Amino acid sequence: MKYMLLIYGSQDVAPQTAEAVQQVMDEYWAYEKAVADAGVRIASDALQGVETATTVEVRDDGERVVTDGPFAETREILGGYYLLDVPDLDSALDWAARCPGAQHGSRIEVRPVMEFEQP
Amino acid sequence: MSEGAAGSVEAVFREERGRLLATLVGQFGDLDLAEEVASDAVEVALARWPVDGVPGRPGAWLLTTARRKAVDRLRRDRAYAARIAVLQAEADRDGTVAPPADDGDVPDERLRLFFTCCHPALPLEAQVALTLRCLAGLSTPEVARAFLVPAATMAQRIVRAKRKIKGARIPFRVPAAHELPARLPGVLRVVYAIFTEGYAASAGPELLRGDLADEAIRLARILHRLLPREREVAGLLALMLLVDARRDARTGPDGQLVLLAEQDRSRWDRGNIEEGRRLVVTALSGGPPGPYALQAAIAAVHDEAAGVATTDWAQVVALYDVLAGVAPSPVVAPNRAVAVAMRDGPAAGLELLDGLGSDDRLRGYHLLPAARADLLRRLGRRCEAATAYEQALALVGNAAERAYLARRLAELGDG
Repeated sequence: MKYMLLIYGSQDVAPQTAEAVQQVMDEYWAYEKAVADAGVRIASDALQGVETATTVEVRDDGERVVTDGPFAETREILGGYYLLDVPDLDSALDWAARCPGAQHGSRIEVRPVMEFEQP
Repeated sequence: MSEGAAGSVEAVFREERGRLLATLVGQFGDLDLAEEVASDAVEVALARWPVDGVPGRPGAWLLTTARRKAVDRLRRDRAYAARIAVLQAEADRDGTVAPPADDGDVPDERLRLFFTCCHPALPLEAQVALTLRCLAGLSTPEVARAFLVPAATMAQRIVRAKRKIKGARIPFRVPAAHELPARLPGVLRVVYAIFTEGYAASAGPELLRGDLADEAIRLARILHRLLPREREVAGLLALMLLVDARRDARTGPDGQLVLLAEQDRSRWDRGNIEEGRRLVVTALSGGPPGPYALQAAIAAVHDEAAGVATTDWAQVVALYDVLAGVAPSPVVAPNRAVAVAMRDGPAAGLELLDGLGSDDRLRGYHLLPAARADLLRRLGRRCEAATAYEQALALVGNAAERAYLARRLAELGDG
């Protein structure tokens, strides 16, 4: 079953020094390798900062509205994701707990992916 | 069909239900399906056992039959077509043998199933409700009463939890030792709910269901041996021992309810009280006290007093104040109000109780109008007391408590 691990962090807790940034990067590379070696990784990405976000909405009358900024102004920002294929929720939670995104003051929301029958 | 065979199906099912459901959920990941096919299997057993005889291993027979029914149902459901092959292969490989119960680290099968069911991905209330309903044999209305919510609300929560078990594929398997602490709050709540149902049955003719209270204490003893450092386990065991110590004094010769003030305290179980008091000390030491430890401490204050008049009510009120801070349960406030009435007089207690009338969560709680009635009676406000007794009578579940309230109401008329 596929699960999306959504990594939420606050900008307040972003690493400040170059060494700290490098340490987190190293942790992510190690985790990236672990999910790939275990054969559970489908996709993963880190997103650029929320200051680069743009939000789009098409209104009922067809008007396209583009606004600067994220969908919602919250302190917790979606920073990246892992899409994994694992047997069950416990396994997904175990991988989430190993992810650097579950540490350093950020958190991971685990969501099962909807499965549709092919038409 | 002979009644004997029907009786044996029922007895086997009662014994095997928890294991059967847990195994089926573990395999199919769907509690609704598990419950349906378990019922199907019982139906087949009711038809077949009187003719063919009771099988040598009735539990394994029920599991095999239920599993076949599940595969049949899933086969009809196109969405699961791909999974069927895998499940069928697993079922064939397992044959008729029930999967061996993995002993894990929990030395009691019932508790193992409780820990299995109390998955931390479910909200605490849903963990407890599912466990009580599926494994402890309590009905949805009984579970609803334990949480002070309407039965329909509880049914809705159970539906939502089942949907998450299925949708997020929450596995039902015995947790490893390091996973137990995260599941402990749910398991403790389950054990305490079993005890509470035994202390004052939510329905039926009897006030007490001693078998349930005994079972809850047995389970808590195992938990305490298993997790001696968990202070709330010690607290819960202490609480149940200290309350259960009064069991024999709580009913009169005809099963009628005898309240704390009128109990013959020489009939309290001194052994239970001593053991409970030792455990309270453990539960209160080494950190901020938890809700079970605090409730146990309150029970200990009562158990140590020679009578209601000499009870240290100031201490009881102080403990309720701390309890209100750590466990925001709606029933703490009315209990505290009763203790204030004992310390400062009925008018002070009544004022506090009257302030709770707007708490929706207490709407179905019969002890609130019962406590109000008692204080109004002591204040000589007989008309209002009668109304409050009537309100309590409309909400009360078991016959013994109903008879007590009716007697008090009748005495108002006589006096």
